Amino acid sequence: MRITILLVLLYFLSFTGCKQNQLHLNKIEGKRIEVNNSITENAEIEAYIKPFREHIQNDLDSIIAYAPQTYTKSDGEFNTAIGNFMADAVYQEANPIFNKRTGHDIDMVLLNHGGIRSILSKGNISKRTAFELMPFENSIVVVALKKAQIDSMLLYLSKSKKAHPISQLKLTLNRNFEIVDAKIKNEAITNRTYYVATNDYLYNGGDNMRFFKTNDSLYILNYKIRNALIDNFLKNDTIQPSQDDRFTQIK
Amino acid sequence: MKRRDFLQHTAASTTLIGLGGLGLTSFTSEKKATKITILHTNDVHSHIDAFGPEDGRNANKGGVARRATLIDNYRKENPNTLLLDAGDIFQGTPYFNYYGGELEFKLMSKLKYDASTIGNHDFDNGIDGLYAQLPHANFDFICANYDFKNTVIDTHVKPYEVFVKDGIKIGVFGLGIELDGLVAPNMFKETKYLDPVEIAQDMTRTLKENEHCDLVICLSHLGYHYKNNSSKISDLKLAAATKNIDLIIGGHTHTFLPKPTVAKNIDGKNVLVNQVGCYGLYLGKIDFYFDTDKNKSANGTSILV
Repeated sequence: MRITILLVLLYFLSFTGCKQNQLHLNKIEGKRIEVNNSITENAEIEAYIKPFREHIQNDLDSIIAYAPQTYTKSDGEFNTAIGNFMADAVYQEANPIFNKRTGHDIDMVLLNHGGIRSILSKGNISKRTAFELMPFENSIVVVALKKAQIDSMLLYLSKSKKAHPISQLKLTLNRNFEIVDAKIKNEAITNRTYYVATNDYLYNGGDNMRFFKTNDSLYILNYKIRNALIDNFLKNDTIQPSQDDRFTQIK
Repeated sequence: MKRRDFLQHTAASTTLIGLGGLGLTSFTSEKKATKITILHTNDVHSHIDAFGPEDGRNANKGGVARRATLIDNYRKENPNTLLLDAGDIFQGTPYFNYYGGELEFKLMSKLKYDASTIGNHDFDNGIDGLYAQLPHANFDFICANYDFKNTVIDTHVKPYEVFVKDGIKIGVFGLGIELDGLVAPNMFKETKYLDPVEIAQDMTRTLKENEHCDLVICLSHLGYHYKNNSSKISDLKLAAATKNIDLIIGGHTHTFLPKPTVAKNIDGKNVLVNQVGCYGLYLGKIDFYFDTDKNKSANGTSILV
């Protein structure tokens, strides 16, 4: 009986009572607010960040090398000074580690053009420079590839029309973007296993580099690309990046 | 949830019986006009410090300490404010490389973020790296289309959350981008990506019909729009394929919208889609004004952007 009364009231409330009291979305206003230097910093937040910032700055800003010019990844069609420098640095720093662990040598290096994340400015080079060039945590891996995979890698490079950084590989295209010459360490490519150094992002198919996935074996060096750059900067008082003939097109 | 509604109605009825002759008029004062403010960021990418005056593109812009001041001021202006982030909190400055996201989460907690969804770069130290930083985050992680069941962060991410501000129920659900091809599989491990449109349809049904939300917000890391890949799901496609979403707060594509886009949903109703670029250069602000029946505007909801 009591429940019946409640249900009647409930019915009454939901169909008449509440209807008069509904809130309606009447108006929406949207805008964006620029965060700029007209806004005072919150002092408490600023004080909280400060010790973190100082620790990083002290570590990052010590000068470790010198760049005689400014280099960018758009300074060349198929190879750039900055890309050549990075790929060569990976080869120079990673090969001794790989050789010590496996007894083999790295045959060539392939990175990706998009992986050059900033310009390299003329002047002093610090650890910060390496962080700007390579902000990501990607590490060097060495992949053992058969000739068939090397061929599909070369085909990828010939079609990509980008200056993907390479080292120890020489690739020449004709005007139709067909391969007319390809050499690894100055030798014709034969039917053997090649040890190709790259980073874990590309190994996992980043930038559609699918040829790495059919491989004989994978060697994880636990060595970040950025740390290889830092180690290379530390060995060079003045770096000498240069564009050369490692990847060209005959027009 | 139906049961809870019944109990609430029952309680109200009992009161009415007690009040006798006062009748239904006493009920009218329960809801009053109010304003809900949604503040939002996306793709901050570890940009804790402001850009310096020498920066070529973003000179003197951004900075968490300035954002904190802005947010404080807006909260003073309207305490009924939600602060949301659409993902890619991590990666982009040495703060992330040195501290793994700890400072980003600690600062967002200090700024009293209410919720964030998860972007692809939030997996950059692996799902284990994200899990390790969760204790520093005093806000909710919301994502409905990643199935984390077989991962360490299972139970730490909710599909949706309902916030109540001044009696207004605001349902927020999250959507993440497909990780395959974007994040290395050894990083996201057994995280399963589920279809965003299907999940959004489920979520809006839950939030409207079960939770009776007054506002439904989608925190998306799908990306605003892909003009070279028309089949790829994006915020604009999501808006058109769903209903009952009031606002999609987007990320991923670093799209600097000067003002929110007014899109049409599957029922022909308006959906706001907004995204404020990246690096904390801008803060998005959307105000929702609720009014009683009496003051209801003749044309439904007016949108001023």
